[in-house]
Amino acid sequence: MKSKISTVFEQCKMEKRPALITYTVAGDNSKNNSLKILNSISKHADICELGFVHNCPIADGSQIQNSSYRALKNGINLKDTFDIVKKFKKNRPEKPLILMGYYNLIYQMGENLFLKNCKSSKVDGLIIVDLPWPENKKFAKKCKQKSISFIQLLSPTTTKDRIKKIINDSHDMIYYISMLSTTGGKLKVSPKKILQNYNKIRRVNPSKNLVIGFGITDKTIKSLKSANGLVVGSMLCKSITDSLKMGQNPVTKLDKVVYNLKNKIL
Amino acid sequence: MKIKKGVPLIDQHDKNFMYGGKFGGNFIPETLKKPINDLTKLFSKLRNNKNFLKERDFYFKNYVGAPTPFIKLENLTNHLGGAQIYAKVVSEANGGAHKIYNATVHCLIAKKAGKKFIVGDTGAGYAGKMLSMAARKFGLKCKIFMGAKDIKRQRPNVEAMKKNGAKIVPVTTGSQTLVDAVSECMRYWVSNCDTTHMCVGSTVGPNIFIKICAWSTAQISRELILQVKEEFGKIPKKLKLINCVGGGSSAMGFWNEFMDTNAEFIGVEAGGPTKSKLHAAPLTNNSKIGILHGAAQYVVQDKEGQIGSTESISAGLDYPGISPLHCFLKDTKRAKYTSASDEAALKAYQLVSSLENISPSLEPSHAFAEAIRIAPKLSSSEILIVDSCGDSLKDKDIIIRKIGSYSR
Ligand SMILES: Cc1ncc(COP(=O)(O)O)c(C=O)c1O
Repeated sequence: MKSKISTVFEQCKMEKRPALITYTVAGDNSKNNSLKILNSISKHADICELGFVHNCPIADGSQIQNSSYRALKNGINLKDTFDIVKKFKKNRPEKPLILMGYYNLIYQMGENLFLKNCKSSKVDGLIIVDLPWPENKKFAKKCKQKSISFIQLLSPTTTKDRIKKIINDSHDMIYYISMLSTTGGKLKVSPKKILQNYNKIRRVNPSKNLVIGFGITDKTIKSLKSANGLVVGSMLCKSITDSLKMGQNPVTKLDKVVYNLKNKIL
Repeated sequence: MKIKKGVPLIDQHDKNFMYGGKFGGNFIPETLKKPINDLTKLFSKLRNNKNFLKERDFYFKNYVGAPTPFIKLENLTNHLGGAQIYAKVVSEANGGAHKIYNATVHCLIAKKAGKKFIVGDTGAGYAGKMLSMAARKFGLKCKIFMGAKDIKRQRPNVEAMKKNGAKIVPVTTGSQTLVDAVSECMRYWVSNCDTTHMCVGSTVGPNIFIKICAWSTAQISRELILQVKEEFGKIPKKLKLINCVGGGSSAMGFWNEFMDTNAEFIGVEAGGPTKSKLHAAPLTNNSKIGILHGAAQYVVQDKEGQIGSTESISAGLDYPGISPLHCFLKDTKRAKYTSASDEAALKAYQLVSSLENISPSLEPSHAFAEAIRIAPKLSSSEILIVDSCGDSLKDKDIIIRKIGSYSR
C-alpha cells in the first residue's frame, strides 16, 4: 500500500507545487494549544512535523529551543506527545504526521516500544536529528517493517559517495538541510545556490521526494518553490513566541502564518 | 567486556566507535559527519607522524613546561598517619591546569587543517583560558562558550580569556553551566564547520574529540611513570592513583600509561552539597546510559531521557555526563569511582593548602578529599598519588564566600 507521505507528494506534483511541511513543537505553548495548532494549520500544510522535546538539543537554534523550553515547562512528555498525535490523526487521518527529535528519548523508551507507540498513534514518519547514516540503518529497517518512514537527512557537507548510499537506503522522503546551520539560522546561502545543490542530489534518484528545510521563511519560500517540499519550522516557533509577547492567540496567529506561506507557493 | 593489553585505551572501540559495544559513538547531526570524518583522518595521520610528535613534544616542554613536579606531601602524610601521600602538581603547567595539553594539541591540529578560527567550551574556565592562550600563541582567532552562571563564579579565568583576546559567548540557556556551553559550542560548529576548528574541553563529545583529548593529557602519566620509577625504583606494589572526574580528561591522562600495570585507579566525582539531592556523579550514583553531546555514556537524566540538573561547588566537575572511556573503565572494573561532597572538597582544600605548599582548586580538592578519607585506614606501605590538576586562584571568590578567607 502506498504511504500517506507518498500520496501527498504525488498530489502536490500534480498540482505543480511543493508540499508545505510545517514544524511545531509538541506542548508549545501548551499541550492543548499544540493540538489545536496542528488541527488548524493542517488545513493549509500538506505534512505536519511535530517535535518531541529534548532539553539538550544540539542542532536547534534559539527559536526552537524557546519552544522546547516552553513545552518542557508545561510538563510535556512522550506520552502526551503520542496523545496529541493520536487526537490529531483521529481528526485528520489522511494528513501525514512526522515526529522529529533526538535519539536519547527513543533509547530510553526502547526502540521497539517507541515504534509500537508510533504505530498505535498513527505516526507516519520519523526524523531523528542525531542518528545519522549508517548508524541509523538498523533502526531505519525497523521503521520500514512497521511502515513508518525513516527520513534520512542530507546536508551541504554530505559527500557525493555518501549521498548515493544514503539515498539508496532512504524511504518515502529525504530531507536536504539547506546550509551549514542549526535550525532557525538566517538563510546565508542564496536560494539559487541551494537549488543548485538540491538539483544535483535530485539527479541521483529523481523518483525520491526530496524536501528542503532550515532557514525558510515567508520571505524566502517562494524562491525555493521548485523543490518537492519545503519545511518551515523556526518561523512558526518564533510566531508563537511573538504572539505570546503581544498577548495574541497563538492558534489563530499560526493559522494565518501558515495560510500565508501556502499562498506563496501556489 | 574487557580491556585489551598493549592497545591504547582510546583505540579500543569497534567500527561504530563504541567502547565495550556500549559507550561512545558519534550521535551527531548529518552536517558534522564530514568535518568529524576529516578530523578523524587528519588526527590518525598526525599521531603517527614523527615531525608532528616532535612538534608536540617541543611545545609540551617549552610552552607547557614539562615535566610538572612530582612531590611528596610530607606534612599531610604525617598529619593523617597512614598511607604515603604524593601529588603530581599538574597545576604548575603553563596556565595552571591540565587543560593546556588538549588546547595546545587542538591548536596544532587546527593549523595543520588550515583553519583560522577555533572555538571551545569551558566550565571552570580553564579549558577556555588555555584555548585562548594557545590560540593567541598559534595565531588563531578564538571564541569561548561559557555558561552565564560559570562566568559569574569563575571570574579570574574569564579575565584571563579576555586578556588573551578571546571572545567569550555567555550561554544563557538551561542551567547556564558547562552542559549548556558544550551544546552551544557544538551548535556554533554545526554552523561554521567549514572555517572553524572545534575543541571540546574534556574527554567527551563525538569520538574523535575524546581521542584527541585523552591522547593529549596522556603526557601527565608519561611524565609520572618515570617520576614514580625514579622515586621508588619501580612501580610500587600498592599504588593508588586518585583523580577528580568531571568529563574525565585529567583522570584519563593521569592513568593512561599505568593502564597495564597493577596501579589502582580511583576517580572522584562531584557529590554536590551534602544536603542536596543534586550531584554531578553519574558513575557513583549508577545513572543509566544515555546520549549526551554525541556520545553514549552514563548520564544524569530522568526516566524519559531529559538530561538532569546537576549541582557542584566546582564548575569544572558540574557536568551530567562522563567520558565513555570512564564508563568503559567502570564496567570493566579497571577503575573505581566514588564521589566527594562540596563540603568534603572544601575541607580538603583547606587542609592541603594549610599544610602544604600547593593550593589545589576545588576540582582536585575532590580527589584530595578521597585521599584524606582513606589514607588513615591504610598502612605506610601504600602509596597514594593525587593529581593536583588545577590551581585554586580561580576559586578565590567561592572560597572566601564559603570559609571567610583565602590564602595561597
Ligand atoms: C582544574 C580542573 N580539574 C578538573 C576538571 C574536570 O575536567 P576533567 O574531568 O576533564 O579533567 C576541570 C574542568 O574544567 C578543571 O578545570
